[in-house]
Amino acid sequence: MQKTHDHKALWLVAPALLLVAFTAVIPLMTVVNYSVQDTFGNNQFFWVGTEWYREILRSDRFHAAFLRQIMFSATILAIEIPLGLAIALSMPKKGLGVSVCLVLMALPLLIPWNVVGTIWQIFARVDIGLLGHTLNGLGIDFNYTQNAGAAWATLIIMDVWHWTSLVVLLCYAGLVAIPPAYYQAARIDGASRWAVFRYIELPKMSRVLLIAVLLRFMDSFMIYTEPFVVTGGGPGNATTFLSVDLVKMAIGQFDLGPAAAMSVIYFLIVILVSWAFYTIMTREDFEPSGGAR
Amino acid sequence: MAQIDLKNIAHSYAAAPSSEDDFALKKLDVSWKDGGAYALLGPSGCGKTTLLNIISGLLQPTQGAVLFNGADITSKPPEARNIAQVFQFPVIYDTMTVYQNLAFPLHNRKVPKREIDVRVRRLADMLELSKYLSRKARDLSADEKQKISLGRGLIREDVAAILFDEPLTVIDPQLKWSLRSQLKRLHAEFNHTMIYVTHDQTEALTFADQVIVMSEGEIVQTASPQDLFERPAHTFVGRFIGSPGMNVLPCAIDNANVVLAGHEVNIGRSVTLPSGAERIELGVRPEFVKISTDEDALPVTVEAIEDAGRYRIARLRLHDLQLAAILPDGAALPSGGTTGVSFDTENAHIYADGHLVERQA
Repeated sequence: MQKTHDHKALWLVAPALLLVAFTAVIPLMTVVNYSVQDTFGNNQFFWVGTEWYREILRSDRFHAAFLRQIMFSATILAIEIPLGLAIALSMPKKGLGVSVCLVLMALPLLIPWNVVGTIWQIFARVDIGLLGHTLNGLGIDFNYTQNAGAAWATLIIMDVWHWTSLVVLLCYAGLVAIPPAYYQAARIDGASRWAVFRYIELPKMSRVLLIAVLLRFMDSFMIYTEPFVVTGGGPGNATTFLSVDLVKMAIGQFDLGPAAAMSVIYFLIVILVSWAFYTIMTREDFEPSGGAR
Repeated sequence: MAQIDLKNIAHSYAAAPSSEDDFALKKLDVSWKDGGAYALLGPSGCGKTTLLNIISGLLQPTQGAVLFNGADITSKPPEARNIAQVFQFPVIYDTMTVYQNLAFPLHNRKVPKREIDVRVRRLADMLELSKYLSRKARDLSADEKQKISLGRGLIREDVAAILFDEPLTVIDPQLKWSLRSQLKRLHAEFNHTMIYVTHDQTEALTFADQVIVMSEGEIVQTASPQDLFERPAHTFVGRFIGSPGMNVLPCAIDNANVVLAGHEVNIGRSVTLPSGAERIELGVRPEFVKISTDEDALPVTVEAIEDAGRYRIARLRLHDLQLAAILPDGAALPSGGTTGVSFDTENAHIYADGHLVERQA
């Protein structure tokens, strides 16, 4: 058959291209544009090349925020993924309990982020918060406005409360999709509970686990609202994560050039780490066959 | 290896079964001899998988006892029963190699590594899997995966029985045949008791020495493939087995003679009905319906001739009764014409209320 060579196809992808251009490419290029120039107001810009990038990459302030961010995301993942898996494994597979559990699990996910922040900001307060007041009543010195450890603990517990459900729901979906014959065969083969988990459940869940890890990494790496509401980045700079720092720089100090350079670096880090997770988790011996049946 | 007896087994999936209809499996007794090849044949939903799961221990029967070599193991879990089961679609451990898959049941039972190695390699040879041993099991084709699941059963030499739950469902037709003959060969070699569940009569009849035909939770007939064909104990068996199935024609008995749509039919013997029989039927397989021009042949119209490849099927009509006949090679029979038929007297059976009326000696 003769192929027709015209440009009709271009018209079909044009709307999508246009949409992506306006939502992603153009804003991103604006930021890139800012990151290589300096301005003193009056809409006057001067070319500075890679100066802002060098400045950001050498700045102690950025290093500190980056380290805090890595620590935060690593802690979140280390708690939420195993905990989510464990909860999903212990959830009932049939009966009334299923819907009860699912609804309970979905609840935290339905709450807006700033509301979650406000809830925990009040909950952990020393004077009127149930958690803060109780802890202090028990003789534990817990004050997230003064103590960095307490601030971190508050943010981490809050994130675990808010987002473990997502991991649970993803894992649960992966679990219930495993045909019962696998469990029956494993019983007949005399497999232990651990072997069932290791050789059936984990491989069958690897795809959803990958999604869970990626989502939780990206989300926690970009966290802004909750620390802003609960601690405002404090005490001191103890909870000034990358995005909190970025906003301070861009809007607080109005350093548009360095802030733009930092945004680009930030963006590249998120992509790079996500890619690393994806590559590691889809290595040949971790990935299950495509259409299992 | 073991002899398996089911005593008074019945099973209901309902929590509190109140009527006969609640039972997926109605009271039955079966004995499976050590080393036999059995098939459980029946339409979907007749209870054959339920029966299989009761033997393997995946299901606890509502009542009755399961005996292996005379010992009651009804309450024992599958892992304590020493049986193997091959499922409808291949169950393999995705992340393991073929070798690890085959070794898994032995590994779980803490068999020494060296013995595992010897057994895995020997079995892989028999199953023609040797060249895949170091490959990931998930990369293999469906029939090879099914061989792995079978292999996980065969690897345990002390296994009491191997149960198959429609194992060839997802296998390509041309491979089914080779897998089935391989299975027969393995049975001859290992002499395990094998129970094969299927709704495919060809599979059942070619695999088994004894076929157990089930319908609606009951065993209708247990017999050799030949007996099922020649002497179906129930009209259900007659209809279910054969392609096309048996002609089952309502008839009457008059003075020990069979009367079919007003015509007296010679079946070569007189018939004595059991008392109280209501529904009387004549059953004769299409293979035993002969086109005949004799005087006492039944006059039929030819409705259609179907070509089934190796043979042709004539769809015939006798008044308002429809019947099928398998035509001999080269027999010319115009569609729409009339002709006569007679029945092979040895293979025409009388059924009262669905059950075979035994012929008198």
